[in-house]
Order: sequence, then structure tokens, then C-alpha cells
Amino acid sequence: MTTLTVPAQPGQDEGLRPVPWRAMAWVTWRQHRLALFGVAALFGVAAVYLLIAGLQMRHAYAAVAACRPAGSAICRQVAGNFLGTYAPGVGYALGLLQVIPALIGAFAGAPVLARELETGTFRYAWTQGFGRARWTVAKLAPLAVAVAVTAGAFSVLVSWYINPIFGAGDNNGPLYPTIFDLRGVALAAWTLAAFAIGALAGILIRRVIPAMFATFAVWAGLAFATGWFLRRHYEAPLITTSPNVPHPAWMISQSWTRGGQPASLSMINQTLRPVDVQAVTPGLFQPGPATPANLGDPVQYLIQHGYTLLTTYQPDSRFWPFQWIEGSWLLALSLLLIAATVWLVRRRAA
Amino acid sequence: MNVIEASGLGKRYGSTWALRECTLAIPAGHVAALVGPNGAGKTTLLNLAVGLAAPTAGSVTVLGGRPAGSPAALDGIAFVAQDAPLYKNLSAADMLHLTRNLNRRFDQRYAQARLGELGVPLKQKAGQLSGGQQAQLALTLALARRPRLLVLDEPMAMLDPLARHDFMATVMAAVAGDGVSVVLSSHVLAELERVADYLILLSRGSVQVAGEVDDLLACHRVLTGPAAEAARCAERLCVVHARRGGAQAHLLVRTNGTTDPVPSRWEAHPVSLEELTLAYLREPGAAALPGPARAGDAKPAEVN
Repeated sequence: MTTLTVPAQPGQDEGLRPVPWRAMAWVTWRQHRLALFGVAALFGVAAVYLLIAGLQMRHAYAAVAACRPAGSAICRQVAGNFLGTYAPGVGYALGLLQVIPALIGAFAGAPVLARELETGTFRYAWTQGFGRARWTVAKLAPLAVAVAVTAGAFSVLVSWYINPIFGAGDNNGPLYPTIFDLRGVALAAWTLAAFAIGALAGILIRRVIPAMFATFAVWAGLAFATGWFLRRHYEAPLITTSPNVPHPAWMISQSWTRGGQPASLSMINQTLRPVDVQAVTPGLFQPGPATPANLGDPVQYLIQHGYTLLTTYQPDSRFWPFQWIEGSWLLALSLLLIAATVWLVRRRAA
Repeated sequence: MNVIEASGLGKRYGSTWALRECTLAIPAGHVAALVGPNGAGKTTLLNLAVGLAAPTAGSVTVLGGRPAGSPAALDGIAFVAQDAPLYKNLSAADMLHLTRNLNRRFDQRYAQARLGELGVPLKQKAGQLSGGQQAQLALTLALARRPRLLVLDEPMAMLDPLARHDFMATVMAAVAGDGVSVVLSSHVLAELERVADYLILLSRGSVQVAGEVDDLLACHRVLTGPAAEAARCAERLCVVHARRGGAQAHLLVRTNGTTDPVPSRWEAHPVSLEELTLAYLREPGAAALPGPARAGDAKPAEVN
């Protein structure tokens, strides 16, 4: 066989040292700095809003905190006025902040692989000496850590922002679905999970825009299912028959019984008809035009008529245990999704 | 050493075999041209060789037995995919930096000098370069890795004739300079004639012809004679492709290297690479593996 001389490249094959990981750091930074700036801008804008609104709210809260004697009727009135003014705005703000993890998953997570596959640049990236599995790890791991750490720092600010609302005795408490996932470790964990969902959607769908929508949809489904179905079962909820439920607490459900049997709304309404009160839900009553002014609390009226109010709730003392439970499973899920992504990159045929 | 060695290699997408029962060995030190009609499996074979795709059947190794896609294989192979994919939003200088960071070897000086000669502006975003410049940039990135095997998938498809010429000049300079082996797929036959010294012809997912160009040309020739005698003449010869033009018949025949006597009233002409390739492309059924029978012996004696 005729062989042209291939220049000797001494030591090429012996102890082939892989390209060092730190070489990828520049690559990841160069290619994803725009996404990272975007993440920083998103959190930055939200942080500026929280800071301004939080300072205003603290200014107003000073009057609530200074009210003496604490717990008196006048102080409850002051606190109630404060909540009436600020709680709705806080509610909207918290509602908007819910989508932060999804935005990060869709805009920072989904394009990492989807863009390579969509534009064909994976043919370049995956045939370089670095190796495609390591390339994937070296991209996903630092980005995942960066978005999670930023989200974690942001959630400290959310806690600071929301404190006056809790201080004034808000009904919902820290376990309420739209506040629970913005504080503690939950926001960082949700952001990480959304990023991992995005990365996996990218390799599975291979198109940027569809992968972004899929990320949004999967995140929404998971967040909704967790907030409204899963989280309440982290520990068995407490049940009380006292009408004075520990306050604040995450109220899960209320129902009435009579003589050990569940009482339907129509049964309750039957009982309430003489005083012209309608029960909208087991805990919400609508007085009619003929309701006597001295009736007082319809709950007490029903208890006097042999009913028992069963309240299922999660006490606020479970905030941190719940945070750790949610943080742990989301972390495990994220690691699993990223591992699946790397595995798919390894074996995926072009 | 064989730069690419495939044994019973097959790749199926869904229910379609893009490549099947492909057994071949491309020795080092050649510019090997992989030709075949669209859908013959050229890109599939190259993707398998560079590790972008995983085989459905069989196996493929590169650079003397390294599994395709393994770190050792990636280290020695540079691949320029079809349409030269580059990050459009990165500048040429960034692409150099990127490639340098992703590989154990990168000849920055060569890359910069080469792009300078070609007039590719380093600060320009890759997406704003002309098609020819993008192809040259992708090729320069690949060559600056100092590979032992350069794999090019349809490198000339998008280029105008001048850019084609410049592109192949860069390739040939590297071949002359540091002896890199080249495997390129193309259907621009005219270009191949000037550069390729090894030919693999793929047809319908399997190898139809493989061998050194000189050997292939030496053992094929065109016989021209009266059409009326063509059938009788063909009985005694191994005819790849017969073409009739008026009273004349042109038979492309395979000889065994020995110069058979030319029948009387017939004339023998040497064959060009393009003619030879076209003849086999027109007769996919005439499948034969002429020339040095590399294919078939999975472990050629020359393997070192």
C-alpha cells in the first residue's frame, strides 16, 4: 500500500488527555452570555419593582407596627386598613412573579440544545475534540447553577418584600400557593427545574420556538399540580372542629357535619332559612334582606343548631419542612432531567 | 492504516435503510472521493464515520481502529458538514477562539494567516460572510486542528466555480503540506477528477466501486466499434455500460489489468474518471467491485 508520510505527531495517542473543562467555560460564557444577561435583566427589573414597592409598603407598615396596645380593636383596624390598601397589589405582583421560572426555562433552557439542532451547528460542536457528552454537561451545569443561584438570591428579596403583609396578620400565610413557591429554597428549585425541562424539551423537540412553548406548558402543568394537589400531602393535614382555626394557616378545606354525618350545603341552607342566610361555601355566608341585625356569626348559629365545622389545614410551622421537601424533589427531578438530556445527546443519531 | 473502515455497516431511519451492508476500507494518504446519486447514503456514511450517527448494524472505525465518535477518534478527525454550519452571531475571530478551546491542538497562527490570505475579515460575524468565505472559514477551523483525517460533506455544493477552486486549493495545500488524509463527498464530478486519487461509489445505500483512481482507470477502457457487433463482442468481455450512437457502439469494459487484444474493427480508448463514474452511476445493477479488492477484507494486512 502506498502511504504518504503523515507527519509524526509524537505522544498523540499515548495517554490522550481530554481537553480540560475550563476550556469550555469561555465557550459557555461566550455563547450564552446574552441569555444570562436576559436572566439578570428579568430579575433586575423585578427586584427594582419589589424594592420600590417594598419600601413604600414598609413606610405605611410603620404605623401598624407602632400601634399600641398590640392586638387591640383599634390596632386590628389599622392592620386591616393596611392590608386593604396593599394586599391586592401584592397579590398581583406575586401572581406575575410566578412565571419567572417558566420564562427562564423557555428563554435560557430550551435554546441551549434546540438552537444547535435547528441551525445544524451541532454538526460542528459535537465533532470537536471536547466530546459531545462533556460539551453538554459543560454547558448545562454552569447555566443551571447560575439561574438557580440568581433565583435563590431573588427569593430573599421576595421574603423581605412580603414581610409587612405577614406582620399585619394576612389570612393566607406563607404556605399559600402563590407565595410559598417564591420564598425559601422553592424559587431556586423551580427555576432549576424549569431550566432542566427546557433543556430536555430542546433535545427532544429540536426546534427553538416549539421547545419554548413545551417548556412553558410542562412547567405550568407541574406547578399547578404541585400547588393545588401535591403540596398539601407533604404531611398529613391537621383537622380541627374548632371554629377558631389557628391563624394564619393554609386552609385546605372546610365542611360541616351533623350527628357524625356530612352535611350538604342544602341541609345547612335549610337550617339557615329562618334567619335568611345563604351558605355560598361551607365557610362563606350571604345574608339576605330579612337577616336579623343581631344574628352575629352564622357559624356560631349553625354550631348552636348541632352542626360541627371540620377544617382541614396545614399550620404555618410546616413552612420550612415543606420547603425542604419541595426543594429536594425538584432538585432530584432537575438532576434526572439533565442526566436524561446528556444521555440523549450521547446516543441521539444525527 | 485505514482512515475509515466499515464492516457490514448499516443505518436505518424509520423503515428506510439509508445505508446497508457497507463494507469498505479507505487507506490513509489519499484524497478519497465519495460519489453517488442523491440518497445513496453519502452523508449517512460520513455522519457514521465522524460519530454524529450511531450504526443500526455493523461497525465503523477510523484512523486505524478507533471507534467512530470516541474521544481518540474526534481528536484526529476534523469534519466540515454540508453547508458549513457556523455560529452566525459569532465573529470569525470568536469562531477561532471557540475551536481552539474545544480541541487539544489548534494552530492559531495558521488559521489567522490563512484567513488573512483569503481576505476573510476576522471581526465580521460569520453569518455576514459570503458563502465562499463561510466555507473557507469552516475549512480553516478544521485544518487548524491539525487533523489526520479531514472529512468534507458536499463542500462545494453551495459554492460558485471560483470559490470551489479556492476551496479545493486550500484542501490540496494542506494535503501537500502535512499529509492529511481527506474523504470528501460530492456530486461535482468534474472537480473531483483534479483532486481525488481514490474513488468510492455509493449506490442505493451500498458500495458499488472502490479503489485507487489510477488502478480504476488502468483496468477500464472504452471500446468503440460497429453497433451490429456489439452484442457478440460483449459476450467475451465484462461490459459495465454500453452506449449506442448511430452505427457506433461504445462499450465501457473492465479488464483485469492485462491488455486483452482489441477485436478487429474496434478501437480502444482510455477512460476518464468522469466517464467511468457516470457509467457505473447509470448501471447500478452492474455492481462490481473492480480494482484492488479492498472492500471485503475487513482486516487488510496493511493495518498497523
